[in-house]
Amino acid sequence: MQAKVKNNTLIIYVNGDLDHHNAEKIKDLADMKIMENRIKNVIFDFENSNFMDSSGIGVIMGRYKLVENIGGIICAVNMNQAVKRIFSISGLFKIIRQYDTVQDAMSVIGEEK
Amino acid sequence: METLNVQIESKSENESLARVIVSAFAARLDPTLEEISDIKTAVSEAVTNCVIHGYEEKDGIIFIECTIEENNLTISIKDEGVGIEDIEKARLPMYSTKRDKERSGMGFSFMEIFMDKLTVESELNKGTVVTMIKKIGNIS
Repeated sequence: MQAKVKNNTLIIYVNGDLDHHNAEKIKDLADMKIMENRIKNVIFDFENSNFMDSSGIGVIMGRYKLVENIGGIICAVNMNQAVKRIFSISGLFKIIRQYDTVQDAMSVIGEEK
Repeated sequence: METLNVQIESKSENESLARVIVSAFAARLDPTLEEISDIKTAVSEAVTNCVIHGYEEKDGIIFIECTIEENNLTISIKDEGVGIEDIEKARLPMYSTKRDKERSGMGFSFMEIFMDKLTVESELNKGTVVTMIKKIGNIS
């Protein structure tokens, strides 16, 4: 898993399936970065991930709870059909914004600052 | 009838292995991409339950049995772990006994949504068997 920080936004590059196994790794990485860098917004990039199950929902919801009270937003980008379906069935799209690319999400975050 | 029997160690690394094995077996029914992703999700949820709940992240064996009969795929996933105290409650959407671990509580709901039929049998301190059936090519 890789992560990048730009201003107060954290980008998590999901590598491989977002299942229970990888959920634990992403959670640890994200929380470390959030604490270290006063992160407000998180972007999950699914370009290198084709699969997500309910463990992924837990991770995304958990990060949402961390940033929502400071007015942060969570975005998901580069999702394939299978991942999108999990987002929509679980209702995650009600709280998580969907964009095509990291750049799209970054520019929306920049405008709202 | 064709069958597949696999035993895997209860480890989170093996969740992806279970998905790949079962979806490769299901491929014999010539499923659509969406059907394959439904099967992968359901298997992932069931195996994750064995790892987290059944064996509570300790050592154990997960038994996977699949059969194909005509165009029906039956997947049975069993653990010999702690068992479920209240199956009805466990199956409720958003219910989880491990909320502190950020579990969404959607595991059984996803098995229900993505498969045609789900049965759960469990006995305390004996284990749990989840059986799921999906008809492949169910377009009409």
